[in-house]
Formats: sequence, structure tokens, C-alpha cells
Amino acid sequence: MAFKIVASQCTSCSACEAECPNVAISEKGGTFVINPKKCTECIGYFDVPQCVAVCPVDNTCVIDNAYPRYQAAR
Amino acid sequence: MHASTQQGGGTGHLVNIDAVMQQVAEHKGCGTTGGSGKASCGSSAGQNDLPPEIWEKVKNHPCYSEEAHHHYARMHVAVAPACNIQCNYCNRKYDCANESRPGVVSERLTPEQAARKVLAVASTIPQMTVLGIAGPGDPLANPAKTFKTFELIAQTAPDIKLCLSTNGLALPDYVDEIARYNIDHVTITINMVDPEIGAKIYPWVFWEHKRYTGVEAARLLTERQLRGLEMLTERGILCKVNSVMIPGVNDQHLVEVNRAVKSRGAFLHNIMPLISAPEHGTVFGLTGQRGPTAQELKALQDACEGEMNMMRHCRQCRADAVGLLGEDRSAEFTTEKIMEMEVNYDLEGRKAYQALVEEERVAKVAAKVEELAGLDGADADISLLVAVATKGSGLINEHFGHAKEFQVYELSAKGAKFVGHRRVDLYCQGGYGDEDSLATVIRAINDCHAVFVAKIGGCPKADLTAAGIEPVEQYAHEFIEKSAIAWFKNYLAKVASGAVTHAPRGDAAIRQGALIVAA
Ligand code: SF4
Ligand code: SF4
Ligand code: SF4
Repeated sequence: MAFKIVASQCTSCSACEAECPNVAISEKGGTFVINPKKCTECIGYFDVPQCVAVCPVDNTCVIDNAYPRYQAAR
Repeated sequence: MHASTQQGGGTGHLVNIDAVMQQVAEHKGCGTTGGSGKASCGSSAGQNDLPPEIWEKVKNHPCYSEEAHHHYARMHVAVAPACNIQCNYCNRKYDCANESRPGVVSERLTPEQAARKVLAVASTIPQMTVLGIAGPGDPLANPAKTFKTFELIAQTAPDIKLCLSTNGLALPDYVDEIARYNIDHVTITINMVDPEIGAKIYPWVFWEHKRYTGVEAARLLTERQLRGLEMLTERGILCKVNSVMIPGVNDQHLVEVNRAVKSRGAFLHNIMPLISAPEHGTVFGLTGQRGPTAQELKALQDACEGEMNMMRHCRQCRADAVGLLGEDRSAEFTTEKIMEMEVNYDLEGRKAYQALVEEERVAKVAAKVEELAGLDGADADISLLVAVATKGSGLINEHFGHAKEFQVYELSAKGAKFVGHRRVDLYCQGGYGDEDSLATVIRAINDCHAVFVAKIGGCPKADLTAAGIEPVEQYAHEFIEKSAIAWFKNYLAKVASGAVTHAPRGDAAIRQGALIVAA
């Protein structure tokens, strides 16, 4: 699974963009979006997903069930 | 350690001014004079008491020098949207509430747009001497954008002073960078030095890839804030401290904060009222945490003043504010407009203009000194507040009905002292019924004995008089302090002759809304 941003809640503060270790987050039409192909749920980098930890609005960066759980390459 | 546990928690809690005073007295090592609520010792430090090299740096700074703020303009550019902490009085849909009034949204700019805007404004408004980055989030949580903006401006407009405001969490990491860009003023918002109190103000901080909460978060924040402050003052960079006064949470504690920041070299302490309303959608707004009244705020500012210079003219402007005093001309400088403007940066012209402003300011000071003569014999027990409607230049030059704010001066045998301003936002324009808004104005200056205006209509005049506030038109377009002292002498003479009886006035309200730009 990757993370996604609930657009209706995003304040476009850009805080998550700079924290993402995979450069998966970018601005698109006024709010920020996560590229699910790039998101690793921060696995391999940090204990907690950075976008979730830095986002000022709770429940805005959430798991996207449309994608399978990320598997770290071995 | 102060017993913060003595305070009741949160809502509707009244600030115990006596308790604050007692605490001040304790740490000054002397008693209070009771009734008047004034500490009986400690000199009242004004900007004249600053060391000369610091006075030289601040005297033209419209944010820091209460004298200069009549004559010079500042602007902020909103290039820094991200933040690394959460404050209970902030809703991140809006601008950083440490520097702006809650509930305002600024137009976000790229560093290139910001640099262009600064040049456009500085070419149009020659008084513009200071550029600040204060948000809409935390400048140091957006270091690349913040420093790029400074770099671009320093290249094209080297005469403009640069300043920045921060919550302090990232400050120790950027002190060298700040020194490198020749930034001479930094503001840190410090609301507590006790993590237990901090936990009531900050739900979390984000630091080194982790979110910390509770007391741990507040401890991290206070350590980094104070370390950052020390590092800056060691390098000779001016530091101002902002504190938000939250009744029942940190009001008494701010006396201790004042001592902590002074001992680490902060040159100015600005205590601002919490602005809190449910519609801001902040934690404090929703829990009903109230802000202080005008008198509670003044009592705390007075209490800290013997310790260090207090700043009383902060008006919590927007992160993209442009202008002089309470004015906001940001609507003239939207991105669209600045991109079309022909910008011709005239460094010499600006210098010449500023020399004129200096002359004006010297004349104002001379007028005040002249009028002060003869006040020395005055009744030392009488001190009162007056409100002034002004557009700047230190003159009484605003119509009562057009005033967006009133400057408040304290008059006593010592002369006239600026003690704050009260926002009222255009009572005669839109949004309000005229009746209601006049009542709003009266509430905002209810602790004043008189209001000095350039002109006033018949109706408000009668209502003010009925409320016990004397409308004074006689000094229209004259210098504020000189006029206020002249009026005060006359008032004292009337008291002495028995024509009027001096009576203290009540408290006043602090306006809660965001600044509305009359577009
Ligand atoms: S979970 Fe991590 S990798 Fe995925 S978008 Fe958020 S910060 Fe980037
Ligand atoms: S941190 Fe949250 S609010 Fe800010 S841009 Fe990212 S998703 Fe939006
Ligand atoms: S530091 Fe400013 S932007 Fe950040 S949460 Fe606090 S008030 Fe809001």
C-alpha cells in the first residue's frame, strides 16, 4: 500500500513534500499528491511515515487500500 | 520554579493581576504599592535606555521601535508555508498565528515573486525599510525558500533590512546561515520555559523525522528556542521575543519567560494577547479559551517592563502585510499587479526621502520636550490613558470614523508614554451596523479618558461623551505627544480647581477578528 493525501483536508502547506525520502509528493492543482509508485510507506528510511508525522491536519495522509502493502526489496 | 499549579485551567479563568504583580515583586526583591497595581521599584526602561549600538540598529525599524513605527513601513512576504510544530492557537489553514492575527490567509509567493514584490513596493513606498519573512508557516521549516528570498533581495535592494520570525525549533541549525545573509533581526516566539506549561500550548513538534508529543515535545522546543537565542546573541544578531498571553495557561509564567529571555540577551520582549474565537477553528478557539482584556495585557506588560524593554505596538499583522502602522496596502501589490508593474529601484531617491523623515521625527521629539517643561510639578498620583487617531508621522491626523485602530498613550507626571494600540477596523464601513460598531469602538477604548482625533461627527461625539470619553478635536494635525501633554496639563488644572473630579476608568476589550482589508 502506498499513502495518499485527502485533498479536501490538505492545507497545501508543503511540509510533507520536503520530508518524503522518496520525493513521492508534489503539488498538483493547489493541493499536494503522493505518487503511489514512488511511496514506500517510508519503509527502509524511517520508523514512521514522514508525511503523516509532519502533516498539521490529522487523518490527511492516510493509507491507500487500492495498493498492495509495500514490500522492501531484499 | 513558580507554582503554575495554582492557576485554574483554561476556560473563562480570570487573570489574577495581583498574583502576577506579587510574582514580579518577588523576583525584583521588593513589594508592590497595592491599589494602583504598579510595582514600586524598577525603572521603566524605554528605548532611550538601549545600548547605543542596539538603538542604532532598531531606530528605523517599524516593527521594533515605537518611535519609528510612525514613520517607516515594513512588509512581509509569505514564502514559507510549512511548519514543524503545532500550536493550540493556530489553524494551519491560515497563517502562522505567532506573527499574524489568526484567521488570515496570505497569498503565497515563490522566492522570485517575493523579490519582485519587494522591489515593487520599495519603489512605490519609499518609507519601506524592512522586509520580514514570518510565514505563513515557519521560515526555518522552509529554509531553501526563505534564504533564497533573502539572497535575491540582498542583491538588488541592499538598503533593505532583513528580518525573520520563527518558533525556534529549527533555529540552532540555521544560526550560521542567518549570520551569513546578514539578517540583523530575528524574532522567536517563546510562550514558556516550563515544559509542563508548554504541553498545554503545543500538542506536538516534528523534529529529526519524528513527531514528539506532550511534555517531551515542549521540552525539546524550549531547549532549542533558548539555545538558538543564545547562539544568535553571541553572534551579535538582534533578537526579539514574542509571547502570546494565554490567561490561565501562561500569564503568570510569562514573568519567568521574560527573565529567561532577558538573561540570554533578547533586546525586546513583545507580549501579545491571545486572539481566540471558535470560528478560527483552533484548539483554543474550540475549547473556549479566552484572550486577555486590554488591562490584563497592560498589567503584564507593565510588570515585565522594569526587567527589559517591552514592545507594545505590535499589531499582529498578516504574513503578507505591506504598509505603515495599522495600514495594509497588500491589495495594491498582488502577484498579478506586480508582474505588470515597471519597477525602477531608486536607491538615491529612497535615501533622500528617508532623510526628510528623519527631520520630521527630530521635530516631533523636540516638540515633546518643549511641552514637557512645566509638568514636573504635576500631581504624581494621577495617571490616565488617552486614545489617538493617527495615520502616521506622529500626528493626530485621522478622522474618528476612519480609524482602524487607536494608539493609546499613558499620561502622568512623567509625560506621555505609548502603551499600545487598539484595533477597531473601520466602524463606519461595511459589515457592521453603525450603531453596533460605535459600541465596539467604545468598548475598545473604554479605559481611556479622552480620544484625540482630526475630526469627528456629531453623533459619535455625543455617544463618546455619554460613555465618559472626551472627544478632543482641538489638536487636529498637531504632534501627538506634545498635544497629549498639553491636554493633560489642562486636565490637571481642572482637577486642581475642582472643575472635574478625577476618577479611574474601567477595562477594555481586545478585538478578536482578523484585519479586514478594505479593498
Ligand atoms: S509515506 Fe513516506 S514515502 Fe510515502 S509519501 Fe509519505 S513520506 Fe513519502
Ligand atoms: S503536510 Fe498535510 S496539509 Fe501540508 S501539504 Fe502535506 S498533506 Fe497537505
Ligand atoms: S509556529 Fe506558527 S504556523 Fe506553526 S503551528 Fe505555531 S502558530 Fe501555527
